[in-house]
Amino acid sequence: MSKTIVTLVGKDRVGIIATVCNFFAENNINILDLKQTTSQGFINMMMIVDTDAYKGSTAELNKGLEAVGEKVGCIIKAQHEEIFNMMHRI
Amino acid sequence: MVELNEAFETVNMVAQENLDVRTITMGISLLDCIDPDLDTVCKKVYDKITESAKDLVRVGDEIGSEYGVPVINKRISVTPIAMIGAAACKTPQDYVRIAKALDDAAKKVGVNFIGGYSALVQKGMTTGDKLLIESIPEALASTERVCSSISLGSTRTGINMDAVRLMGDIIKATAEATKGNDSLGCAKLVVFCNPPDDNPFMAGAFHGVTEADRIINVGVSGPGVVKHELEKIRGENFETLCETIKKTAFKVTRVGQLFAKEASRRLGIPFGIVDLSLAPTPAVGDSIADIIHEMGMEYAGAPGTTAALAILNDQVKKGGVMASSYVGGLSGAFIPVTEDRAMAEAADIGALTLEKLEAMTCVCSVGLDMIAIPGDTPNTTIAGIIADEMAIGMVNQKTTAVRLIPVIGKGVGDFAQFGGLLGEAKIMPVNKFGCADFVNRGGRIPAPIHSFKN
Repeated sequence: MSKTIVTLVGKDRVGIIATVCNFFAENNINILDLKQTTSQGFINMMMIVDTDAYKGSTAELNKGLEAVGEKVGCIIKAQHEEIFNMMHRI
Repeated sequence: MVELNEAFETVNMVAQENLDVRTITMGISLLDCIDPDLDTVCKKVYDKITESAKDLVRVGDEIGSEYGVPVINKRISVTPIAMIGAAACKTPQDYVRIAKALDDAAKKVGVNFIGGYSALVQKGMTTGDKLLIESIPEALASTERVCSSISLGSTRTGINMDAVRLMGDIIKATAEATKGNDSLGCAKLVVFCNPPDDNPFMAGAFHGVTEADRIINVGVSGPGVVKHELEKIRGENFETLCETIKKTAFKVTRVGQLFAKEASRRLGIPFGIVDLSLAPTPAVGDSIADIIHEMGMEYAGAPGTTAALAILNDQVKKGGVMASSYVGGLSGAFIPVTEDRAMAEAADIGALTLEKLEAMTCVCSVGLDMIAIPGDTPNTTIAGIIADEMAIGMVNQKTTAVRLIPVIGKGVGDFAQFGGLLGEAKIMPVNKFGCADFVNRGGRIPAPIHSFKN
């Protein structure tokens, strides 16, 4: 399974998670885990998603997420899980 | 499972602290391109490089995009060209033709620099070595992406003072040949003592003769990340300081290890080494001088700077070594002046002098790097500065280097601009007193004694 970590940061408002989840559903991307906190009106969210059934490349996924980010006023990035495991696990 | 804070730590390192992979450098052996016919040499060199590295830039960009950490440079290092051209080249101009073949190959595959227009003359010069050295001014003036490095000394062999003296002239001639661009040619020319065979960083990268046919070496970076972590522990003791640098270096180096393995797998070329160097850029916050400031110096160059740099260099190695299966290259903190905005500023206000930089090279990786000096600095003085730096490397069994830029037509306080990662700075003063009678003696400085260490 090819796991990708999606991070989102921005000003909190109604419908951010719904919009992002819709984008994943439309693109055949399965959400495996979701963690988020809000503080002083800002949202930090991280999703672990399975991109095996996604047809495009990481660059295309990031482009799609950028468009979603513009819609909800957040910065969204997708990165392969391995970079996080390498940096934070021995 | 990755935690929320860990994910955002990584994301912020890239977005706000300039974390990047500085270079993926492919080392290519050109020993099988040697031929007595010059046209054949040039063709073989061009063909081997363009075939070996045809996917390098694409793969580097792909990995950067997938893992979300940019790969700034994709580069190539080759076997020292003095050897490759020795059978075919009868004049310096013959070597320039090989330089142009290297430049054409670099442009074809899309890398921004190709290193290895080099000669290893730490003990003596062959005819080919001398011709290559004499060709450097024209080679660097007539090419865009070729980098040249000359090894002038080593702990095992001593220092070749004939070559040191010659390089005083060559650096000046290169400056003269590229005076239209603030003597930019000298930014692509470095002299070494104890150069590593697997250095991925320019201008000093070359592919050593003991290396495999092709290899992938990766240079990481991250001064901005280290500085950001140190901001959180202001006023804490040295134990905390060292532990923080070590842990940060570990994380940064892990990125390099991952990228090196992945590039190696996708290109089908063996993984060589990860170079742990902290390499600054002119970007705000991506600076070694800023780290020194954060450690407690008012400006880089103030008393205490050498000790701070020694700590930084050692802790980066301690953290990085555990993060990578093979560490090599230069591995330490670079202290270039023009390439590091805060270092250039410290020099500008007089906190940092050439003499202090020389002291700092005793404890850091590499040496006097990217320093703009007056264009009328005598050739013998340049040779004297090189001799000093080579002696530091030779005696201390470490790599040292000199990359000075005598900016023709400009003097102390004038501004020199090199553009991009090479940066800009005001021209630094050089000691006015002469050393001609010393450097003109000729011959070699014998290798140092390897016992009675004091």
